[in-house]
Parts: sequence; structure tokens; C-alpha cells
Amino acid sequence: MPRPGFVLDVDRSTPPTLFWRGEGFSLERLPADRSRIIYPPEPLKGLDHLDHHIRNALLNPIDMEPLPALLKPGMRLTIAFDDVSLSLPKMRRPDNRQRIVEAVLDMAAEAGVDDVHIIAALGLHRRMHEYEMRHVLGDRVVDAFMPRGQLYNHDAEDHENLTVVGETDHGEVLEINKRAAESDLIVYANVNQVAMDGGWKSLVTGLASYRCLSHHHNPESLRNTKSLMDRHHSALHHSIWRMGKVLRDSGPAVFQVETTINTEAFPSPFEFLAKREWEWTAKDRALFLGTSKALNKMPNTTKRKLFHNIEAPYRTTSVQAGYTESVHEITLQNVHEQHLVEVEGQTDILTMGIPFISPYNPESIMNPILVMCMGLGYLFNMYRGKPLVRAGGVVIMTHPTYEDFHPVHHPSYIDFFDEVLADTTDPAEMSTKWEKKYAEDDWYRHLYRTSYAYHGVHPFYAWYWGAHGQQHAGRVIIVGGHAPAVRRLGFTPASTMSDALEIASDVVGRNPTISHLHVPGVLVADVK
Amino acid sequence: MLAYIRRVQRPNSVGRRSIRVAQRASGITESALRRAAMPLARRGFPYRKPTVPRSVEVPKKPSKLGGAYDTEWARTPIARAMRGVIVEGPMRLAVRTLTSPTVHGLDRLSDLERAANDNESPAPVIFAPNHHSHFDTGLVIRSIPAAWRRELVVAAAADYFFDAQWKAVISALSLHALPIDREMTGRSTSDRLRDLIADGNSLIIYPEGGRSPDGWGQEFKGGAAYLAARTGVAVIPVFIDGTSEIFGKGAKRPKPGRTTVTFGAPMWPGDNENTRRFNARIQSTMERLGDEALTDYWTASRRAAGGNSPSLTGPEYSSWRRQWQLGDRRRRSPSGRRRPRRRTWPAL
Repeated sequence: MPRPGFVLDVDRSTPPTLFWRGEGFSLERLPADRSRIIYPPEPLKGLDHLDHHIRNALLNPIDMEPLPALLKPGMRLTIAFDDVSLSLPKMRRPDNRQRIVEAVLDMAAEAGVDDVHIIAALGLHRRMHEYEMRHVLGDRVVDAFMPRGQLYNHDAEDHENLTVVGETDHGEVLEINKRAAESDLIVYANVNQVAMDGGWKSLVTGLASYRCLSHHHNPESLRNTKSLMDRHHSALHHSIWRMGKVLRDSGPAVFQVETTINTEAFPSPFEFLAKREWEWTAKDRALFLGTSKALNKMPNTTKRKLFHNIEAPYRTTSVQAGYTESVHEITLQNVHEQHLVEVEGQTDILTMGIPFISPYNPESIMNPILVMCMGLGYLFNMYRGKPLVRAGGVVIMTHPTYEDFHPVHHPSYIDFFDEVLADTTDPAEMSTKWEKKYAEDDWYRHLYRTSYAYHGVHPFYAWYWGAHGQQHAGRVIIVGGHAPAVRRLGFTPASTMSDALEIASDVVGRNPTISHLHVPGVLVADVK
Repeated sequence: MLAYIRRVQRPNSVGRRSIRVAQRASGITESALRRAAMPLARRGFPYRKPTVPRSVEVPKKPSKLGGAYDTEWARTPIARAMRGVIVEGPMRLAVRTLTSPTVHGLDRLSDLERAANDNESPAPVIFAPNHHSHFDTGLVIRSIPAAWRRELVVAAAADYFFDAQWKAVISALSLHALPIDREMTGRSTSDRLRDLIADGNSLIIYPEGGRSPDGWGQEFKGGAAYLAARTGVAVIPVFIDGTSEIFGKGAKRPKPGRTTVTFGAPMWPGDNENTRRFNARIQSTMERLGDEALTDYWTASRRAAGGNSPSLTGPEYSSWRRQWQLGDRRRRSPSGRRRPRRRTWPAL
């Protein structure tokens, strides 16, 4: 029986705590008697015979007819699936999306459906490489559909293949992939790692255009998204749900298949990362020492290769299919069951270790903008109710924050760092002053469409993702970060955790209370 | 003159005597050796084997070869260790050099393999490959995940692999082969297989019963289905393509080439499914798998849904046309073009 998450009050006998530092980790001692560490629940037990559960979900969907009854000869069927931003780290093969897509194709074949397209719903993310498609969908599906041109990446800049489905009562235009919009049925294959994913967000962002995404991916929406993990208090999700209703009323039928996974993210020999420090065995300690010392000696490229090759042994905890909104409510319950930890009140300081990966750098480099996005965008938003840190408090992150950028994946990030962040770090100001230039740049557009680059506007979106945290925190300190890069982000560099706490005392006084978010695994603090 | 004749004849008479002496000596030596070798040769019955009256037919002693060969010794720790060395050394090298395999569909086994990893003992399964060549066994052994490879039994034809002592020893040691009567499997054989599966061994059994005579498949016999029904373990169909060209039945020497091994999803007999129906389902799944291996997943799925999967056993033509048509059975290249197999005339 997995143990639930809990809050540990740090005392003098508490061992030092694990902090991610990009492609490495360190142990930090937090001040006794005024610090607390929030530990995630242990991984839930997974489903046995997952293929059977998927088939069962397709045959007994929620608030919709069974999938075989929706499949007719001569119909146009589009299957969309989440791109490589899910899951992190990548799931060990076979991925859930492969299992879902194969089950749907089996039923489509039985029903005599010929016209099937499979689309990677990547929004403005980079296109998926063929080997990534193979990892996510398996060789069978890729070999069958890719040579026929029936398996491809969504292109948010291919205006001939985008169509306007309708407009919300707030004036938001829903413009999505034409093939999907003109289909008789869309089946969406989803992997839900955190509560932010899934629901209408899958389709309405994954198959949308820049024009459509800009209605909710903007500083105003994201400052009013409190938090990303709480759909009911998220302006971003409200906008997406309004668009979802337009899709429901004016678009094709959507059959959503959602799966939730547990937090078993690290295989051997990295299992100790998810353990509580006082439960580390001699083997765990030796592994920690060995790996951390070895990682310190390795060049960054080798460390990245090592970490990005990790395949997580996740187990699937639930599968549900049918009408998007009904399915997503059950998905959220299952996600919360894995992630929620009850926490009493806020503290003056929030500490967090930033890992080597974020949703926007699979097989790539965690550049400084993504460090900000991961810290203030994702980890800061891992709450429901109130943020873990009080308004005006301090956020302390640990990450090397090197000035490295992936030239193929993140070309616009390089210019964003040099040009936009040199001018302003205020999301609202950069939105009005710079966003349009990057979004409509022909070279970025060309790289997005033909190479493997994120869209020109994507660094802005990554920055907006942290807008709420940036507005809420009085100061942000990065421990161990490359000082010029940290300053460019508008944050304060510190060499050690003690220095960071010393610097923070200017804002929160000499005896601040501290919360530490223990990652991995994933948790959502339910702050009362 | 006379003196001359005497001088000439003298040595000849000495020579003849010498030869006679030598002949007598060798005869004595030979008979001495024979007596030493068979000390009871002169004694006869009961010191020697009795002669059989012509009117009597003596019943033969039961053979210890063939189906009766006892392979218990092949499960001792020493034999296992030797087999591990053979499988990881010469067999691995031979399979890689001669068959250059590409393996598909292992993801279909991941759930069973994962359960095996969690429990640290693999759930036994029955691998049911099609059969074209002697290389198939080595190829399958090297292609299946290591979780099953360690505890694996191969059902081998008793009349072929166990008809001589040396063949039986090599088969049992290197493959952990168990003799199976192809025509009629006795209860003791099936009991032995059941016990081995119950002990955690997985099984490779060729449902076709033997190698393909002409490159096309043969109708499935019910062994795999029967054992699955009796033991409750899963059957995993495995489609092998390419070994018939490398070392098919009747080939004199191997011709290195490329092979593809495609694993299907695990199959269990249904609640109300008898062995015959389950066997038919395994065969139709194999047909779909073969279609998938030679075309693609979606084409194979649609044909299978329409009941149009190409038959494993090939068209009902005369022999040369069957062989001619084998040329069309070739996997498409990634560009979608089919690289035709070289058409072959039948060996006359």
C-alpha cells in the first residue's frame, strides 16, 4: 500500500535534503524548526492488463456511445495524440498512446473505416522526429501510416490547412487543423501527467493556430491562472473550456481517451531520487555519491545524453474514454489521488530544485528561459488554494542556469534572451512591444514548419507561464546559477543555499519560514 | 654351370623358409591376440550370447532414444551453465552472422515481461513460431527477451533430433530440447511438458510440426493450443520471415541473409473455446501477423477484419506456381516499394 504524501517539519536530526540542480543534484541542509519539506505520495499501484482496460474503456465510454458504434465505413476518422512534451521523462515503450491508437485502429479496421489520419497535436511546439513518433506510437503504426502520408505533425502555420470552427461569447476565435475540423470523428489519445493536461486543452491547444492560442496564452490570462493545476481557478482553462464548447457545438464529434500515470519516474540506478532521505540504504548513499561525483566531472553534453535517455517505468493508474468534459473530471480525481498533499498555510520562502527537463526541452537543453518557466511556471504552480509562499515572499531555486541554447530546437529563445530580456522582463511589456515581431518572423516560421524548432513566439509563452509566480514573489534567487544569465532573467544569483537565505533576509527578515517542494516525484500542495 | 645354378637358387630356398616361418609366427600372434580380446570366444554359451533359433522372433528392448530420451541431465546446474555459454557465445554469433535479424513486436510482451521483472520469476509462456529452417530455433531463442530465455524448453522432433545418441546430447544440451513425437504425442510427453511449464519453464513449440517443405506454411497441429488450455499459460505467436532462403529444408549449406521476427500479442483460450477453435484462432492470428510482417499493421488489420488475410499455406496451385508466387511475399521498403524476391525455379 503506497504511503500518502506528508509534510515534514525539519529539526536538528533531519538529514540534508535532495535538491535537483539541472543535470545533477545536491544535498542541502534547511534551517531547523522553521522549515518544512513537502514529500509527494508514493507511486500508486498500476493497472494490470492495460490493453484490456483500454479496450473496455472504448467499449464502455462515459456519456457517449461505444466507439464501434461511432465508426462507419466511408467516414473520416482523425486520431490526435499528445506530443513529446508528455510524459517527462519519456515513458518506457509501449507508450500509452500506442496502446490507445492500436486499439482504436483495430476497431476502425473491423468497422471498415479507410480514411484515417493520425496527427501529433503539438500546437506551437517543435515537430516530432520520426524516432520520437516510433517511441510514442510504436513501429507498427508508424510503418503503416507514415509512408502513406497519413501520420504527420500538426502545422499551426499552414493556413491552407487551418479552419475557423467558431467564436466564443468572449470573442475568442477557435481556429484548428482543417483535417480534424472536417472529420466525422476525432479520437484523442492522451497521457495525463499533471492536472493541467487533458480535457479540452488537448485539442484546443494541440491542433490550434497561433491566432487561436494567443487568446489564452497571454500575460493577463496567465497572471489570473491560480493555479495551472486548478482548472476551476485558471483563466487559461476558462478560455480553453469556452473554446471547447464551441468545438462541441460546431465541430466534429470528439471521443477523448485519457490515461493517468503514477510517479514512478526513475528506473534503477536513480531510484533513490524518489526516496525519503532518512530511508536511504547504504546502496542508495553509495549510488548518490557515485552518480553525483561522476556527474560533476562529466561535460554537460554527456550528462544531458545520460538523463534524456532515461525511460520512466511509469504504471498507468486509470483509463477513461468518452465525452471530453465528463472524462476529464474523472481523470482529475485520479490525478489528484496521486498528487495531492494537504499543507497548512503559507511560508515566507519557497525552495525548489530545478530538474534537467521541462515540457519544452525533451532531448534538448534546459536554457535559462526554461529554468524560469519550470520554476515559476510549473513548480510554483503546484498548488491548489493558495501558493505555498506568501505574496511578496522569496522563491529560491537551484540550477546551474548556463547560457546554453539548442540551436535547432530553440532558435527564437536565443534572440529572446539577447534582445527581449535585455530590454524587459515584464510579460505585459514584452507582449505589447516584442511578441508580434517574433510570432510573425518568416525565418522562425520557416524553421518551425520545416525543421524542428519551437515556434518564434514560444519563448514568450514560456515566459508568460511564470507570470503569476513572478508577480507573486518579492524576489527570486537562483543558487549555483551562472550569474550573468541569472541577472538577465531579473533574478538574484547566490553561490550557496546559506548565501541565498542571507540574501532573502532583506525581503523576509532574519527568521523566515521555509517550504521545500521535494521533487521528484510530482505533487500538488493543497494549501489551506 | 651347376655351381652357378646352386649359387643362384640357394638364397631362394632360404627365403621361402623364412616366409613360412614368418607366416606361422603371425598366425600364432593373431590367434593369441584374438583370444586375449575375446577370452570366452572358445567357450560359447552360456559364456557367450546365445544364438537365436530361426523360428523365434525376439522382442526388441525399448529404445532409450527418440521419444524415450531422458533429458533430466540437461537441467542440472552444470548443463544449464554450459547452455548459457553456448547461447550467449556461438549461438549468438551464428544467429547474428547468418540471419541478421530485425525483431518487431516485443512491446506486445512488455506487460508479461514487466510482471516477470516485478516478481523476479518470468511468467511461463508458449512461443509458437512458424517453421522454415533449423535456424528458426536459434533465431527465436536469441530474439525473445532474456527474462524467458533463461528458462526455456524447446519441443523438438523425436524422430529427427533424438534418433542418435550424439544428436540427442547436442540438442538437449545446447537447446534444452525435449523430444516430441510428431505424429502422436503421448500422455507422458504432454505431462512432462506440463510439469516443466508448472516449474516456470517457457516453451518453444512449432505448431506446424516440422519445417516447411516449399517455403509456404503448413496447417497448425493442436499441440500449442492443447498445452495452453491444459496449463493456462499464454501462447505468443511468432512470425519468422527469411530463414527459408537462408537454410530451408533440403538446402546443402547456409546462405547468409536477413530475417525478420515479429512477435504477436499473448493469447489465452477463451472460456468456452475448445482446443480446436483456439488452434484455429492461433493460426488466423499468425496469418495476420505474417501479413503485418510483410506489409504493415494497418493493411493487415483491415484485411484481418475483412477475413482476407493471406493464407499461410499459400495458394492451391501446382507446386511450381506455389514456388513462383513466393517471390511476391516480400516486405515493402520504407518508401513503399516492394523489393521483389528473386524468383526461383523448383529444384528438380
